[in-house]
Amino acid sequence: MADNIDRNAGRDPADDKAFKTELVALIPHLRAFARTLAGDPASADDLAQDAMVKAWDARASFQMGTNMKAWTFMILRNQFYSEKRRSWRQSQLDQEAAERTLVAVDDPEAPVALDELRQGLAMLPAEQREALILVGAGGFAYEEAADICGCAVGTVKSRVSRARRALHAILDDGAYERDGAAAGDAMRAILADAERLSTVR
Amino acid sequence: MIEQQPNSDRRRNSAALDEARLRQQAIGVRLRQMFDDVVNEPVPDAFLDILRKADQRSSENG
Repeated sequence: MADNIDRNAGRDPADDKAFKTELVALIPHLRAFARTLAGDPASADDLAQDAMVKAWDARASFQMGTNMKAWTFMILRNQFYSEKRRSWRQSQLDQEAAERTLVAVDDPEAPVALDELRQGLAMLPAEQREALILVGAGGFAYEEAADICGCAVGTVKSRVSRARRALHAILDDGAYERDGAAAGDAMRAILADAERLSTVR
Repeated sequence: MIEQQPNSDRRRNSAALDEARLRQQAIGVRLRQMFDDVVNEPVPDAFLDILRKADQRSSENG
């Protein structure tokens, strides 16, 4: 982006260095967020890399000391949705993409309960899933999540609360079934795992 | 007025509430774990290579 490069000209190298350090520290988080959006781990990394370069090119418009994590997540999200609009391949139903995404696990030994949580997430509407992931997993405040998604704080709050209720119902009440196992089993597995995790930590 | 609800009912209601809360917490724990699993993966070298190239590109331009 010639525009950004022009604006970056004459920047203090120390500012660039500080920016770069902070950006590098955010890469793992960008990868994790991308993994919840893109179709598979490889395209998630492509998305995260594109977002990282976009953030670097736009560094002149970032105010140091403000929340770089929220800023880069917003860039990544915009990148994802603009690519999605452009690409005919991705014009299938959101639901289909979401299922591929959240089911994509690198580790074949991943605990079953986690797999079922992914399946449950895949059944949520995209905007609810996104809100829940930002607030429930990404550690963002409602206000920050609202900035990232470009919507009102109240909208994020209601999406998160609807997502929590829906996910609970999906995992608990048999809305989701796999290999003939009742979904109540999924919830029990999640509870057992969570208990194990909380005692280990 | 004195509480009419039998003790056993009240206990059951509060147990159900506790369980619902526990379940929501459990989902929260798993959600964070799903995200943190990726955060904790080593960053592929490609990321730093790409950033280094972008940095060089901009210092040539600047």
